[in-house]
Amino acid sequence: MSEAPGAQRVLEVIDADLGYGDLQVVFGVSLHVHRGELVGLVGGNGSGKSTILRAISGMIRPRGGSILLEGEEVGGLEPHALALRGLAHVPMGRQLFPDMTVEENLSLGAYLPPARERRAEGFARVYELFPDLHTKRREAAGALSGGQQQMVAIGRALMLHPKVLIMDEPSLGLAPLLVREVMQVIRRVADTGMPILLVEQNVTQVLKIADRAYVLENGRLVLDGPTEQLRGDPMIRRAYLGL
Amino acid sequence: MEGLAPFLQNLSGGLLIGGIYALIGVGLSLIFGVMRVINFAHGEFVMLGMYLAIVLFVQLGLDPYVSLLIAAPAGFLVGMVVQRLVIARLVDIPGDSTLLVTLGLGLVISNVLFLVFGAEPKSIYLPYATRTVMLAGIRLPVAQLIAGGVTLVLITGLWLLLTRTELGRAVRATAQNRLGAELVGIDTPRIHALVFGVGMALAMAAGVILAPLLFAIPTAGASYTLKAFVVTVLGGLGSVPGAIGGGLLLGVVEFMGASYLSSGYRDAYGLFAFLLVLLLRPEGLFGRTVKRV
Repeated sequence: MSEAPGAQRVLEVIDADLGYGDLQVVFGVSLHVHRGELVGLVGGNGSGKSTILRAISGMIRPRGGSILLEGEEVGGLEPHALALRGLAHVPMGRQLFPDMTVEENLSLGAYLPPARERRAEGFARVYELFPDLHTKRREAAGALSGGQQQMVAIGRALMLHPKVLIMDEPSLGLAPLLVREVMQVIRRVADTGMPILLVEQNVTQVLKIADRAYVLENGRLVLDGPTEQLRGDPMIRRAYLGL
Repeated sequence: MEGLAPFLQNLSGGLLIGGIYALIGVGLSLIFGVMRVINFAHGEFVMLGMYLAIVLFVQLGLDPYVSLLIAAPAGFLVGMVVQRLVIARLVDIPGDSTLLVTLGLGLVISNVLFLVFGAEPKSIYLPYATRTVMLAGIRLPVAQLIAGGVTLVLITGLWLLLTRTELGRAVRATAQNRLGAELVGIDTPRIHALVFGVGMALAMAAGVILAPLLFAIPTAGASYTLKAFVVTVLGGLGSVPGAIGGGLLLGVVEFMGASYLSSGYRDAYGLFAFLLVLLLRPEGLFGRTVKRV
């Protein structure tokens, strides 16, 4: 596929070197997310997925390379500055505000002034995607089931009207049945046109729902491509799908 | 019926002084709830407020209730500066460095007060404040009544700020999950500075309304820190409504103990109640047993 460089790329990581202190964890990784695309970033424990995510979300500063949001350099910006530029998160462990109601949690997703003006629109969008949340809107977020909490986390991120959504291990700690449900929810969100970067250990599920995926091993990209192609790749079948 | 009037008398006295304890404790609790920092200089800020009221009264003849309008914003500013310059640097360092630093800050403040004002107790004499009014057979000192009114206004204001405003929601979000708050775009360092400022404004305001009631001694700060600590633990650490309940309870227990048992052990009754609560309900009277998602 030919394209003007950067034109349709909402999020782009170029040749990133990342690490902590003296330890380098990620070596020259490049990846991108197109408009309207659901992209998976998969790999085992310690492969460097979380580190890439931390760099994109501004929790660590890249030591080399760039991170572009709609073509603008955002590497090294603080998390709240990134949110202001339209990067929303569904963080690992959901990170909800447990004593607040579902509605307050969602409302806080639109805390920043640009999103605040469109709060009503945001609520309508989230409640349409997740009718269950509308029913439970007056309940404390901490009292919901794991799957519903995940929906609150996704809904809260959508309230920002983000340019791109970053999801960190949404299946972590959920029962297998719920994992499938959450994955379908993510696909539904992507089908609304929202670009998503999905970071997951659950390779099988990602290869089922994503459009494209990158495979990381020991801090280096080893494979990438459309998921239908990766599903048939002998190395993937052997290493991740147990076939 | 003979016992009822004195009982109500003691109860109202206890509630009025308890309101001031609540005002001091609520700041400590809020700061802990949001920042996980126990401010051991809290009582010294109460003393700063007291001495500020005294200076303004002696030098400018300013009524202490008017100097509230100076003391509270001053406390807010000083609190913000202290948080930004000192505490913000320590929050992410593991260990109990904030504990030592705030303790040290308290020592510096009390010794500066000592240096400037000397050890001699100081007070404000307000003729109208020493009067009493009779209300349904209960005698109420004017200074305490005003103190109760000011407390009510400040705590209600804080409550409305926390529950009814966007900023208050951001404060509660920061307290419940700092990472989550960062990710939705809340500038949590700014929230921390703000919360510390509010805590110090409340502490200094409490000092000002105490000035017509009690003698000011430079080293009295530590006992207010202790009271604030008792209040917050009674009510559940980090809970604002809990701190209000805890403050009122502490005031009543002290007052009742002093009048029915012996007035010499006033502080001991509060500490005894504190120990009982720790023994029977360590999460605080209004704290919840289970939590965390």
